[in-house]
Amino acid sequence: MMVTIEVNGRQLTVKQNLSVLQACLENDIYIPNLCFMEDMPHPPASCRLCFVEVAGMQRPVTSCTVKVAPAMVVKTDTPAVRRLQRSGLRFLLSVHHVDCQNCPANKNCELQRLARFLKIGLKPKHLENHLQDIAIVENHAYLTYYPNRCVLCAKCIHACRMSHGHSLISFVGRGFNTSLSFAGICDFEQTACNTCRSCADICPVGALVLKTACER
Amino acid sequence: MTLNPNLQPLQLFAMDVDPFAKDEIFISGLPDYLKQFDRQRGQLIPILQKVQQELTYLPAEALQAVADYLEIPVAEVYGVATFYNQFRFNPPGKHQIKVCLGTACHVKGGDIILENFERKLGIKEGETTEDREFSIERVACVGCCALAPVVLVGEDVQGHMAPSKVEGLFVRIQVEKEMAQRKKKRHETGE
Ligand code: SF4
Ligand code: SF4
Ligand code: FES
Ligand code: FES
Repeated sequence: MMVTIEVNGRQLTVKQNLSVLQACLENDIYIPNLCFMEDMPHPPASCRLCFVEVAGMQRPVTSCTVKVAPAMVVKTDTPAVRRLQRSGLRFLLSVHHVDCQNCPANKNCELQRLARFLKIGLKPKHLENHLQDIAIVENHAYLTYYPNRCVLCAKCIHACRMSHGHSLISFVGRGFNTSLSFAGICDFEQTACNTCRSCADICPVGALVLKTACER
Repeated sequence: MTLNPNLQPLQLFAMDVDPFAKDEIFISGLPDYLKQFDRQRGQLIPILQKVQQELTYLPAEALQAVADYLEIPVAEVYGVATFYNQFRFNPPGKHQIKVCLGTACHVKGGDIILENFERKLGIKEGETTEDREFSIERVACVGCCALAPVVLVGEDVQGHMAPSKVEGLFVRIQVEKEMAQRKKKRHETGE
């Protein structure tokens, strides 16, 4: 079943079960997003970037959690939407160690892309930069994790679960101290990580990277 | 939680067993101990609580045993355990230092006091010295904000803390320890 919705004045005919976010992305209408993955049955909606306004709804809503419906009218670039997205991104950057020159994701980084799209600088002026004490986690034979680059999108955890049936990695701690942990991954599994690489491949920033041969 | 009524908590902890050996015995017995719980993901938190009650903390080996028992990745056990404040991953020290970082104490520089203790003992908040003499943790308001910044050493409330008092505290603990030793010795030699 197909439904027709209107986005920014344009008519789109899309499959019924899609989220508004997916429907827009498939039709080349970009909505900022970090934590959305197509095959997730329940999107975590944790990045708080994919806001849109839907006619009839009082406030902007996260487009990854709203399904398309017949005759729905959506706007993706209202001032309210942009304000929310800019604040969201500024908060993410306020816990980020911005040092693109020394980052493997440089020029291929979702944060850089978002900042350009939303027209804000990578170093937010009005927020204090709040970094974690542990800047680099190296207790995995093939992966290195940089907590201060991680946007906590959880894509790596989902990718790992998709590849192995359960996830070998997980977030630990909470609040400002939340970070990814390799705890309990045995040597045998670590070796398997070297050929799997799903988590590092999916990371939208430079937070989870494969070690080079000499770093091992 | 369905507890097997026939299983008693392990009675291993005679006072004269040293704490390291005691922990090891309990951990090696964990696979059997856990059998009193249903093998269900929903039992994770009750199990962790019970294990911590027995061990006073959750060492890595215990988390592994729990993961094995419930057949879930140990990463998941870590994720849950580290989310809750009630779980600790280091044994409490003989002298537990709790630095208050409630609002009043925070404003009065409680974080500086915390740093003082951390530097003095060479451990971080949430950790324990290797000899298990001291552990440091941060707590929220302990209810005597007028004395801020406040530190609890064991059950003793230390008000109006200052960096110089941190030093004094350790001197006092040391003196008390020596006094106790002398007393014990006198007692033994029957003087
Ligand atoms: S993750 Fe992106 S924004 Fe952060 S340092 Fe790397 S390139 Fe720069
Ligand atoms: S390591 Fe990368 S993929 Fe994983 S949560 Fe952090 S930013 Fe997302
Ligand atoms: S993509 Fe919708 S909240 Fe992250
Ligand atoms: S805030 Fe420390 S005692 Fe109240």
